[in-house]
Amino acid sequence: MSGEALIILTLLIPAAGAVLIALTSWQENVREGTTLVTAAALFLVVMTILGRVMDGEQPMTGAFQVVPGLELAFRVEPLGMIFACVASSLWIVNSIYSIGYMRGNNEPRQTPFYVCFAVAIASTLGIAFSANLFTLFLFYEILTLSTYPLVTHKGDDNAKAGGRVYLLILLGTSMLLLLPAIIATAMIAGTLDFTPGGILAGKADNTTIALLLALFMFGIGKAALMPFHRWLPAAMVAPTPVSALLHAVAVVKAGVFTVVKVVVYVFGVDALASSGSADWLVWVAGFTVIAASAVALRQDNLKKLLAYSTVSQLAYVVLAVSILTPLAVVGAALHIAAHAIAKITLFFAAGSIYTASRLTEVSQLDGIARRMPWTMTAFAIGALSMIGVPPTAGFLGKWFMLVGAMNTGEWVAVVVIVLSTLMNAGYYLPIIVRAFFKPPGKDVKAHVKGEAPMPIVMALTATAAGTVLMFLFPEVPLTLARLLAGV
Amino acid sequence: MDLLQTIVAHYNHWIIIFLMVSGLYIVVARGNMIKKLVGLGLFQTSVYLLYLSPGKILGGTPPILSPQFSVYSNPLPHVLILTAIVVGVATLALGLALVVRINEAFGTIEEDEIFAGEEDE
Amino acid sequence: MIAANLPALQVVLPLLGAVLCAFLQRGVWAWGIALVVSVAMPFVAAGLLIQVLDGGIISYAMGGWEPPIGIEYRIDVVNAFLLLLVSVIGAVIMPYAKRSVEKEIAPEHQPWFYAIYLLCLCGLLGIVITGDAFNVFVFMEVSSLATYALIAMGRDRRALLAAYQYLIMGTIGATFYVIGVGLLYSMTGTLNLADMANRLEGIENSRAVLAALAFLTVGISLKLALFPLHVWLPNAYTYAPSMATAFLAATATKVAVYLLLRYFFTVFGASIIFTRLPVAEIFLILSLAAMFGASIVAVFQDNVKRMLAYSSVAQIGYITLGIAIANKTGLTGGIVHLFNHALIKGALFMAIGAVFYQIGSVKLDDLAGLGKRMPITMGAFVMAGLSIIGVPGTVGFVSKWYLGLGAFEQGWWWLVFLLVASSLISVVYIGRIVEVVWFRPVSAAAKRAKEPPLSMLLPTLLLVAATVYFGFDTSLTAGIAERAAEWLLAGIR
Repeated sequence: MSGEALIILTLLIPAAGAVLIALTSWQENVREGTTLVTAAALFLVVMTILGRVMDGEQPMTGAFQVVPGLELAFRVEPLGMIFACVASSLWIVNSIYSIGYMRGNNEPRQTPFYVCFAVAIASTLGIAFSANLFTLFLFYEILTLSTYPLVTHKGDDNAKAGGRVYLLILLGTSMLLLLPAIIATAMIAGTLDFTPGGILAGKADNTTIALLLALFMFGIGKAALMPFHRWLPAAMVAPTPVSALLHAVAVVKAGVFTVVKVVVYVFGVDALASSGSADWLVWVAGFTVIAASAVALRQDNLKKLLAYSTVSQLAYVVLAVSILTPLAVVGAALHIAAHAIAKITLFFAAGSIYTASRLTEVSQLDGIARRMPWTMTAFAIGALSMIGVPPTAGFLGKWFMLVGAMNTGEWVAVVVIVLSTLMNAGYYLPIIVRAFFKPPGKDVKAHVKGEAPMPIVMALTATAAGTVLMFLFPEVPLTLARLLAGV
Repeated sequence: MDLLQTIVAHYNHWIIIFLMVSGLYIVVARGNMIKKLVGLGLFQTSVYLLYLSPGKILGGTPPILSPQFSVYSNPLPHVLILTAIVVGVATLALGLALVVRINEAFGTIEEDEIFAGEEDE
Repeated sequence: MIAANLPALQVVLPLLGAVLCAFLQRGVWAWGIALVVSVAMPFVAAGLLIQVLDGGIISYAMGGWEPPIGIEYRIDVVNAFLLLLVSVIGAVIMPYAKRSVEKEIAPEHQPWFYAIYLLCLCGLLGIVITGDAFNVFVFMEVSSLATYALIAMGRDRRALLAAYQYLIMGTIGATFYVIGVGLLYSMTGTLNLADMANRLEGIENSRAVLAALAFLTVGISLKLALFPLHVWLPNAYTYAPSMATAFLAATATKVAVYLLLRYFFTVFGASIIFTRLPVAEIFLILSLAAMFGASIVAVFQDNVKRMLAYSSVAQIGYITLGIAIANKTGLTGGIVHLFNHALIKGALFMAIGAVFYQIGSVKLDDLAGLGKRMPITMGAFVMAGLSIIGVPGTVGFVSKWYLGLGAFEQGWWWLVFLLVASSLISVVYIGRIVEVVWFRPVSAAAKRAKEPPLSMLLPTLLLVAATVYFGFDTSLTAGIAERAAEWLLAGIR
């Protein structure tokens, strides 16, 4: 099959899946079966493309011109490949988990849930494989809109309020900042195609570049750079599989992915480094890392804690990019994948606890590991990866970032990384200690009967294993990341 | 002196402007819907004059072909204004019809009273 | 024979149809005639557009009287495009009209309704096709009088008030227009627009010409509901019958915008408008005021039709903004938005009309939970709503893209921010509807609602599909808009 056909398949499969899911709403098992088959088919196609990319190919499609200068086109490059692999593989796990969670909690309106999920995945792949800023922006907005019903799934006032914040911040930043930045880029560079070396390199003076960079970095609201991070905690009202989708599979990853993509292919790493227009970004990203960690330290609600942890982890990626050396870009790419798989494990564990016991606060979890050993072991692995302890995936990204930062003498970044690692340990380790070493508290005794339903446990075991495996066998992501950074 | 002459020479314009402004004033200032329509009619009529008065040529005759005369008034404005009068009559008729219906529906044709009544609902 | 007389057919067919309708007793028959006429219109318009694209400007001497004495129908790219737009909307709306009108208009008035509708269509098409300044006035009054009557046929008694208010304001607008034409006539001695443009050369600076420009601008701006001359529009759109609202919102204001473009660019010429007078600045300020003011007012409306009406005022601001930007890209954006907004607003008002058909109300509270009862209709509504917001992949984005690029070309980068900021406000009012429709428990009014009949649903979906289709394939819309903009601006250089 041609590369073009494969790319189009990756978009069509989840889209067709969405239609099929809607059509099979009359029978739960058939509907969930459809979801799983779609996810598996998508994964296979992505793997086929991966094979091609590892052989050095870059499959691409022809361009469809919307208006002169705006084209709909797709091209697979290494970073998009990493993102597509993460999204498509985690969708399978997430689907299995969703089935357990949605049934276990008797959630209403499950069909729209699965439909929106499939649409969100389709748009995620559209983002991953986009060949220009317009295509990326198009799918970026579709992703926002298709996840809005998921965030407001519960439909109560809380969910509506959360949904409002979610929609307004994401649409607001993308329209107010990102769109003008794209229009300006089109005017200045004359093209929106992602090109190695950057399309803006040498086309504008340093002030303009700095201004555009600011528009892009804050405009990509999904990357949750402070002060535009509020939507992430607000979206915590959603059911756990949605949080997993937001935090691990699609949404925030789409944000940082876009950040890396814009820096590498629109500005150009070297051009940006030599212009010095990006120096401020280290500070903003560093501040976000530290501040979000500090907020996380004070959280008792488990999902809120995880949300702020995500804000801080995302800022790592932006920080890594702002160091502007190839090694750090490798670190950024790896961190996208590593954080995805570890954070999904953590959310799965949080959802597992909620499904089994309705417990939501950290302080209620004394000794829970004795009743839910699988869940809490997975949680521990995920948490270690967040801190960046080997043998977990989180170590890889941090390592490259640190080396990159030290090589360029970017001491601010080094300090931030080290300090935040300590802070991460400061809020994750107590949970582990509490869960494993304290005697069961009254909440645990009263509510926890045993493990959550089977699909949930399966899913979180798989992702926890993945977290370790990625550390042990990092060839594929590492090769892709190196291809991206050109080292 | 010149100014005064200009003013006097354009007396037709002054009449037109006076009619136009007073028509508009009635439309704006009166709350009675019939009176508003009267004002509207006045306003439109002033425009008829605006067209007709420059069409008249001093010493010109009505535009009927005859070997005795060589200077005619311009016929086109008259034709145009004939059309405009028809349009004006139609507008007035429709406006009055609406006022009748409004009177049936609201029991008054004073705008203030109608709006006051609407707010109570 | 037919091909040569297409310009006449475009106007005469609806006129004859209207007369026929008026003689009929039964609504169905009148509907049949209106349907046949309306469906024929797009073919006539398409024929004209093809002729224009192939062979350039068509000049048609009405009744065989040669211009400039006789009335000339003059068709170029700009008005051929507009003719197609108006007639397509008219055709799409007719299948929809049957059930909607049966529900909202008393049986004995239905033939009259269709007669008046066809008159309105005739007037709008006439304004667009004719090349004679006074003929424009006649058609303007034909369409306006028909519009007042259409609005007055709304079921709510406040429809009468809305019609009366519009009659007063519309007549003032039309009279201003005639004053402007009269002044121009006295300066140039011609009523033929093309001829007038030639004869204006050299006397552009005379006070009478400038006064004419002012009268024309104000008069036409009243018709197109340019902020702050828009006060007639919200009431008119709110209380008119659903079908009439959908038709008028999609076409009437667009035709007025066309007329403005025609006078600004072909009669007066861009140089006098933009270099010697601050028209661009005035339009810029008023457009922005419309975009923000009307959008914010829309947010606080509890009647969905009124909300959409205010949204229309705001969207008209985008179109006039294209005029204010005054370069090719910006003007293209304005013209393409003229087309796009017609599609969007047509779709939105048709969806809301379908809601009214089912639940008999357009109050926001009564729409609660309707997403469960009428998912297809409300889905269509939201899709069109996304277009209003300007989400990429919809027509709204294409317009905004051109306007944004145009603003950048002009060096007005701040305008780009204002442009997108105002569309954020539309997120709020569309979002309000979405929340009520999907996240509230089903209201008493919506309890027994179900999807509307196919004859109403399909035309709505067709327009919604068009808003997405033309968001991707813009070769027709933006292509023609670009040619039109180029042609209109040729006066400058």
